[in-house]
Amino acid sequence: MTSQHAGRAGATYAAPDGKPGSDPVAVAHSVPMVAFKGAGKRYGPAGEGGFTAVESVDLTVERGAITGIIGRSGAGKSTLIRMVNGLESVTSGKVLVDGVDVGALGEDGLRGLRRQIGMIFQHFNLLSSRTAFDNVALPLEIAGVDKKAIRAKVGPLLDLVGLGDKAGSYPSELSGGQKQRVGIARALATDPKLLLSDEATSALDPETTQSILELLKRINADLGLTVLLITHEMEVVKTIASHVAVIDAGRIVESGRTFDVYTNPQHETTRTLLASALRLPNWLRSAVKPQPSAGDRVLVRLVFFGDTAFQPLTGRLVAELGSDVNILAGAIEEISGEPFGSLVVSYSAEPDVVARANRFYAETGLTTEVLGYVA
Amino acid sequence: MSPDMLFNLLSKALMQTLQMVFIAGIVGSIIGLPIGVFLATSGKGELFPAPKTNRVLGLIVNAARSTPFIILVVAIVPLTRLLTGTSIGTWAAIVPLTIATIPFFARLVESAIREVDKGLIEAARAMGATPSQIVYKVLLPEARPSILMALTMTIVSLIGYSAMVGAVGGGGLGDLGIRFGYQRFNPEMMVLVVAVLIVLVQVVQSAGDGLARRFDKRNRKN
Repeated sequence: MTSQHAGRAGATYAAPDGKPGSDPVAVAHSVPMVAFKGAGKRYGPAGEGGFTAVESVDLTVERGAITGIIGRSGAGKSTLIRMVNGLESVTSGKVLVDGVDVGALGEDGLRGLRRQIGMIFQHFNLLSSRTAFDNVALPLEIAGVDKKAIRAKVGPLLDLVGLGDKAGSYPSELSGGQKQRVGIARALATDPKLLLSDEATSALDPETTQSILELLKRINADLGLTVLLITHEMEVVKTIASHVAVIDAGRIVESGRTFDVYTNPQHETTRTLLASALRLPNWLRSAVKPQPSAGDRVLVRLVFFGDTAFQPLTGRLVAELGSDVNILAGAIEEISGEPFGSLVVSYSAEPDVVARANRFYAETGLTTEVLGYVA
Repeated sequence: MSPDMLFNLLSKALMQTLQMVFIAGIVGSIIGLPIGVFLATSGKGELFPAPKTNRVLGLIVNAARSTPFIILVVAIVPLTRLLTGTSIGTWAAIVPLTIATIPFFARLVESAIREVDKGLIEAARAMGATPSQIVYKVLLPEARPSILMALTMTIVSLIGYSAMVGAVGGGGLGDLGIRFGYQRFNPEMMVLVVAVLIVLVQVVQSAGDGLARRFDKRNRKN
């Protein structure tokens, strides 16, 4: 094993057992940070009476990326993220962290692995009896780091999260956002290679949420730390995650680049989670008919991204079709750093108008979707 | 009865009470604390899973707690004799007081530990903490204010129990109150004994509350 990370992993616990004949160097380079391979979690007995929280999940978390797992409450996302650091056991399939099978580790191996994985929580889980400083010091104490090294490490971490002046404060003296910053500093204390975030912003107000997300983004960029987060808020995924997986009833129903999933959702669950841009307002949704009757208007969604986001296409469409275009809904957003716009328009369903519009779409490369017909 | 005599009897009895309460309190708590921690952490799926031992220990603790103290005093006379060489006197009284303290304090410690937010245990596990690190670095420090309250409650109950060990010649304030105040119709003595007990309980309670407050950082405001 020549690559740096493989050497590190090998020094901490048994090297991943490579398949016979596989090239260890190539494996080391391509090993994702986390790989779920048909991973499942079942509580209780098989068959009736048991409960399957997570079922045959195949998912990879790329090194250095921020990956979001989104789902409604009870979808199994909490269980899924806890299978990564062994807080929940894997009952079928495998979960590999940096090539190491979590399920095959003993208690000692598991503790070694956990010291390389930071975790932050919805309710922060700070010790009320310890100051911010001592909370950040806790994982280092647990790892047996000496006092002097702890002092040298904790101060800079508190500075990093912007709490350099709060070292002596107890959690009860801090706001929610400050508590989560302490939680983040604590999670970073042992220089982890992976950060797990369990609904880290769900207990925070929108403004604080943004500042915590900014912090996570900065840490990801500056330290190259891989982040796996779970959330029920699309906003969180949209703001920081480059990749997303949608979980529903214990299964991953859709996954990919956040921008792709967001702009072209395939699964019903994804669509309902996308509360903003792609959702029709209620009044419009109830008015849509699948088939036109005489005099009806066609309802079309125009999607702008990439090149089309920067061109004055709406104006040209109006010019093309005359003044008959009616704008009914729309939004322009930023999804993992890229602009994305969606505009719902209606115009006459008469064949020549529709044909002119379609010709325009073909010429400009605009992505469109016929949603139905309205009176 | 002259004031001198009254004072001498009272101070002697007070010293006996303090001796019994504090020795039984300290020894009983030292033994009760780990039992309480074990009761709180050895259930199924907990830090030191040993559900059967947990159940057995729980039954023993319940049995000890449901035995009326005065019966306990008589029932363990052989043990008392083994440990102190006698079955009467202050030292002999300390044995049943200690035995009664252990399960009482253990249950209080158990509930104090169980009150600690489960999220903290999960966070510590996620850091790679061993079960004993979780006990020493998370559970005990977080439960410290509640454990101090439990200790206060234990000592206050012990003051009450110590009044009963007059039955085995244990001496102390309760004994003085019964023999001089009640049996010899000395109302001054009775009032004095009760007054001293009230002050004693008050002092212990205030000291305990103060200590618990000092260590409680949960609701601190700037």
